[in-house]
Amino acid sequence: VIIGNMGKKQNSRPKGNAVLSRWLVAQPNLLRKPQATRKPLDLRVCEQFLLHEARLLDEARFDDWLALFTSDAWYWVPSQPHQPDPHETVSLIYDDRRLLETRVRRLTGPRMYSQEPRSRTSRMIANVTIEEAERAGCTVRSKFTMIEFRRDSQRIFGGTAFHRLMQSEDGVRIAWKRVDLVNCDAPMDGITIPF
Amino acid sequence: MTQLTAGQLSRFVQPGRVHRRIYTDPTIFELELERIFGAAWIYVGHESQIKHPGDYFATRIGRKPVVLVRDLDESIHVIHNQCAHRGALVVATERGNVAELTCCYHGWTYHLDGRIKRVPLRHGYPRDFDWANPKTAMVQVPRVKSYRGFVFASEAADGPSLEDFLGHMTTSLDDMVDRAPDSEIEIAGGIFRHAYGANWKLYLENLCDAAHPIFTHSSSIEAALAQPEDAHSDGSGEIAIRQMRQNGAPYSFWESKVGIWTYPNGHSYLGDYHDDAKLVVAFNDPVFRDYIAALEARKGKGEAQRVLEVRRWNSNIYPNLSFMSQFQQLRVVHPVAVDRTVVHTYSFRLKGAPEQMFRNTISFANTVNGTGSLVLTDDLEIYNRIGMGLDSEGAEWIEVGRGFDSDVPDAHGGRRGNNSTSEVYIRNMLDAWVGYMSKAHVADHDEGVVGAL
Repeated sequence: VIIGNMGKKQNSRPKGNAVLSRWLVAQPNLLRKPQATRKPLDLRVCEQFLLHEARLLDEARFDDWLALFTSDAWYWVPSQPHQPDPHETVSLIYDDRRLLETRVRRLTGPRMYSQEPRSRTSRMIANVTIEEAERAGCTVRSKFTMIEFRRDSQRIFGGTAFHRLMQSEDGVRIAWKRVDLVNCDAPMDGITIPF
Repeated sequence: MTQLTAGQLSRFVQPGRVHRRIYTDPTIFELELERIFGAAWIYVGHESQIKHPGDYFATRIGRKPVVLVRDLDESIHVIHNQCAHRGALVVATERGNVAELTCCYHGWTYHLDGRIKRVPLRHGYPRDFDWANPKTAMVQVPRVKSYRGFVFASEAADGPSLEDFLGHMTTSLDDMVDRAPDSEIEIAGGIFRHAYGANWKLYLENLCDAAHPIFTHSSSIEAALAQPEDAHSDGSGEIAIRQMRQNGAPYSFWESKVGIWTYPNGHSYLGDYHDDAKLVVAFNDPVFRDYIAALEARKGKGEAQRVLEVRRWNSNIYPNLSFMSQFQQLRVVHPVAVDRTVVHTYSFRLKGAPEQMFRNTISFANTVNGTGSLVLTDDLEIYNRIGMGLDSEGAEWIEVGRGFDSDVPDAHGGRRGNNSTSEVYIRNMLDAWVGYMSKAHVADHDEGVVGAL
């Protein structure tokens, strides 16, 4: 199976050292020592991870979702297209690890009026590509659509997500996540459920 | 459409209560656009948004699209964003720089003060067509005035001056600017745009409401109180969590340590509590110490101390502006429909202050004004729920009487609450509402149109 995949991917990629080396590090099977037990962060692993994350959010398992992040992770939803950083410009959400923990604690608490009634969400993830990769991890780009239904109306969010995924002893973890909404600068009602 | 007399309108506001209809009746909303947004001084924008000749900022006065523009001679105009030919919107993007304004439909082109500059096929128009008619233009809003960089415009050709309209609230605007060591501020760091499904008046009615945080924001207060300090923060989360914890101050605190002041024309501010010693950028913070040093270096010790002792939280200038000088926030209310409102919020950079202060401003903005903030989302929920609740045929009157018996006169011609949980600022806005609404002010050009028909 691995050999089959390798052949297919090599044929579909343009030549060039940068592309090749990027691809090689995304294929740790070729580089790692045989005794290593970690799962490689190849495209399939990344896709499976994103689907798992989306499922946790759709099922409102926010504590489990938080557990996917590293201890110094950040989670960012910019307010502007191509926003260069979260410190000099406001963001729809910018949580360092501490604030992300507070956000999740509030989401799972009993008296959050903006989640009375609770939202129901449904996410689709597609167009997953690995943008950068080293041995320790990779940056994954994906497209998403999230439908949110609450009270009596439905909203549709869509855009591009970037995940920095790291390998750890406990499995794949998110070092940072950036979500660029196509309508990030539109007037909108509050955002309570993370993307 | 039901006609409402001035007498009927003024009876909607009674001592300590207001009729629910002024938040739900589309007829009253249309009258508000005409008599309040069409008459009062409306905040339009800040001069830092149009620094250079040709810079423009497209916004709205009430529902009317207008353009704030800096002319080639540096003068400032507010012109209606409408082509004099067939009525199309001329300026289609929020910000930019242009030498002239051209309509995309037939190429009518305007000077930056709105006068016609060029018209294709001009020879085809009737010989007696009056090209010099000031209404054949991107029509200027008749009165435009800037107070220390804050640009206001009034659709009323006559009326109180901007300074008279602002009254004692000029001191709050002063505080926004005086806090900059270089006495100059600029809008920076992006915009939040919130929308909710209820009346525009509810927004300012919440911004000095010191009685709601402990209840409305309990979810974020409790989550913040339970947050361990050992979790990693780059500083931004720390600011957010501290602010959320402050929201949990008990009623006794708001009733003894915080004050609320109101002034003619519906203006108000909340003050006292948030002095700099209690803020995140407190005196023992090295960034704030650098800031004080910069302030003292530029303004002298005495003036620096005076500036730091001004203790204002939210200041509201009725009907469409709220700002907060200690974290350089500004919010503009845009009424869209009787049951739909959009609010834009901005941050300011203090010229001459340490860079890190602006980063703190951004963290603070994300916390209290962020679309996804743990705080604002519950405020938006409140506005939406009031909107839904007022559709009920239950209680006819909304109670705004808390503190009614204990309000006291203020030295600057206003009334202040005995403490900050008084709803005096809502009663004050409603008094202004009655004042505007019971004056059958109609702009001259409206009468002209009606007469011609």
